[in-house]
Formats: sequence, C-alpha cells, structure tokens
Amino acid sequence: MTALQVGALVLVAVGAPVVALVRDPLRQAFCFGVFGTALAILFFVFQAPDVALSQMVVSAVGLPVIVILALAKLREEEAEGEEE
Amino acid sequence: MSRPARFWLFGAGALALAAMLVLAIVDLPGFGHYPGPYGDLIEQGGESATHATDLVTAVNFDYRAYDTLGEEFILFAAVLGIAIVLRDRRGERKRAPGAPGTEGGLVRPSAALGMVGLAMVGPLVVLGIEIAVHGHLTPGGGFQGGLPLGSAVFLAFLGGEYAAMKKVAPHAAVELGEAAGAAGYALVGLGGLLFATAFFQNFIDRGEPGRLLSAGTIPLSNIAVALEVAGAFLLLWIEFSDQALLVVPDDSGDEEG
Amino acid sequence: MLPYLVAVWILCWGLYGIVSSRHLFHLVLCLGVAQAATYVLLIGVGYKSGAAAPIYADISSSTPVVDPVVQALALVDIVVEATVAALLLALAMQTQKRFGTVDPDELHSLRG
Repeated sequence: MTALQVGALVLVAVGAPVVALVRDPLRQAFCFGVFGTALAILFFVFQAPDVALSQMVVSAVGLPVIVILALAKLREEEAEGEEE
Repeated sequence: MSRPARFWLFGAGALALAAMLVLAIVDLPGFGHYPGPYGDLIEQGGESATHATDLVTAVNFDYRAYDTLGEEFILFAAVLGIAIVLRDRRGERKRAPGAPGTEGGLVRPSAALGMVGLAMVGPLVVLGIEIAVHGHLTPGGGFQGGLPLGSAVFLAFLGGEYAAMKKVAPHAAVELGEAAGAAGYALVGLGGLLFATAFFQNFIDRGEPGRLLSAGTIPLSNIAVALEVAGAFLLLWIEFSDQALLVVPDDSGDEEG
Repeated sequence: MLPYLVAVWILCWGLYGIVSSRHLFHLVLCLGVAQAATYVLLIGVGYKSGAAAPIYADISSSTPVVDPVVQALALVDIVVEATVAALLLALAMQTQKRFGTVDPDELHSLRG
C-alpha cells in the first residue's frame, strides 16, 4: 500500500469521529462536506475515479445544500414557536 | 429506556459487532489480492463486447443495466416521497415568489457573489453535459454528470433572486424532465426487448471503441439518467427552498397540521 | 487489512453518532457516515495491487485493472442514498412542525 493510500485512510478515519461528535447541525454539514471530500480522495487513490466523482459532487454539493436549506426552515419554525 | 442505559447497551452491542466484523475480515483474501472471477471476466471481455473504454459505465449500463433501472426508480420514488411529505398542508400557505419578504432568513448575496455565480452557470452546464455524454469513454456517466447540470440551474438562485430561478425552471418543467429521464431509461430497456432478444440488450451498432458514438445504447442510457438525476436533485432543492422561503403558517385557518 | 479495519471503525462511529444524537439532522448525517463505511469496504475488496483504474481510454488493453463491478455498485449507491437522506431530512422538518421538537429523546411515541 502506498503512502498516499495510507494517508487517505488516516484522513477518513479521523474525519468519521469528527462528524459524529460535532453537535451543531450547521457545523456538522460543513464537516460532512470535508469528510466527503476526504472520501473522494480515498476513492481516487484506490483507482476508482468514477466513484470519486460521484462522491465529490454528492457530498460536497448535494447534501450540505439540503441540510442548510432545511436548517433555515427549522430556525424559522423555532422562532415562530417561541413567539407563541 | 434511560439515556445512560441506552449507551451501555450500545457499547456492548458495538463491541460484539466490531469483534465479529474483525473476525470476518481476518478470513477475507488479503488486501490487494483480488480473487475474481467476475472482475477478471469483465476485464478480459468487457471492451470487446461493449466497445466502451470505461468498464465501470459498461458494467452499470450494459452488464447490470437492470440493476441500475431499480436504483434509478429508488431515486424517483424518494423524490416523489419528498414531494408528498412536503406537500401543502392545512395551516400553511405558500407565498408567491417575488413577494416582499420572501428572501426569508437567507441573506441576500453580495454583488460579487451574484456575478460569479451567474458566470459559472454556463461552464457548469457544459461540464455536466460533457461528463454525462462521455460516460462510456472516460470517468463519468449519467449519475456524475446529472448533478452539475441540476446545480447549474440552482446557481441562478444562489447568484440572484429566487423568483428568477422559478421563472427559468418552473416546477412543471423540472418534473417533466425528471419523468422523461426515468421513462427514457426504461424505454432503452424495452428497445432491447423489441429489437433484440432481451430486456436491456445492447441493440444499437457498437461502433469503434474510443469514439463518441460507440458502445451502442450506453450513451443513450447515460443521457436519460443524467436528465433524471438533474431533475431529481433540482426538485429536491426547489422543494426545500420553497419550504424555507415561501411556506408560512396560515394565521387565518386553524393551526392543526 | 487496513482499509477493512477503517471501514469497521467508520461504521462504529456512525452508529455511535446515531445512538447519541440529540438532533434529527445530526442523526441523518451520521447515517451518511455509516454508509461511507460500506463504500470503503466495497472499494477495498475490489483493489488489486499495482493495477490501474478500469478505464482503457489511454492504457493498453493488457494492463491489469481493478474490479469494475464493485465500483459500479458503489457509485450508484452514493447518489441514491443521498436522495434517501434528503427524504429523511424532509420527514425531520415535518416533525418539527408537528411536534415542535427535533430531539429524538423527546419524541416519545408516534401520535396520529
């Protein structure tokens, strides 16, 4: 196993507990984006460029956008709830 | 069950799961010593059978095309589910886009961000189409190319006004695009049934490997899937932005949802 | 050995995140982390030492390549499971509207 592959594995292994332990959903969305990028690097180094492309687009763009939009709605709902 | 008790139970369960998994891993063939046989079969026969140089796309859209049909319909059903879950409910009303105050909690972008965003729309569309159409030649394909396509339209919102994006991509048109993609892929399969002997059989002339028009039905499948994925994700983002920006509780009716 | 162990490690952390979650959005993203474990395992299984990516566009047909089947499985999986995660987020949003909270500990029973 090359040093690059070991490095990518370590990066991913460090990223997983970070995503699980961050509590604030907004921060976690960004951590998840970084974790997804690390995963994409891992797939690329393991000779899987198609999977890396797919992972890159989905986890850096697709999911964080949805989480942030949903959070905006949630904050609004919570504010309404406190007003009543 | 109380929270500490739940954690103890999880700890015990996780340790047992990890132990069993590690025991299973020890019996796997060593890392890097792939035993085959399917990978080797496709490696030897893949390029000559399908004339596609990207074996992963060939596997997805030729060898295992039926599987991809199922996955695509999972995508379709999930988006349908989201549209149903976020449907108009009693106790809420939807403001018209462009009405005052519809930017809601989202901050208005600066002029620089707006300009860069709108300048990126064109390159993103081209990139998405290129990745999707060249799926059988280089890394790419419908699934990877559809997302840049969808996000190019969504950039119109991030770079400017929500009302502008709604005009460019009306709900009905996006739904039509997504449905057309899903139906198109199923039709490619039916074409295999009609013009050849089996569902999803590659019935178009395969051409020369390495050229854009080669690999039979694979480019068609890629285009259909790209359309579907772009439509699906765009619908998702539109549904969620509608929720965040346009849907407000209706104070005139009763509040029970 | 190492990639498989990393996959188990990621899975356990994802499961811990789900169990200890106090916010339904946090739960959905930890589910995504657990799914990543399966992708790492799949790609790890298909790898051949010294082989190239399974794309013959610029290499000769006789170079050994890694297994394309597991890559095909993983790549479709990624896109589909992101959509399912979005469905879960939509459900979480409606939960907030209906019950006023997204804390799983406070959502005791499903009413109506």
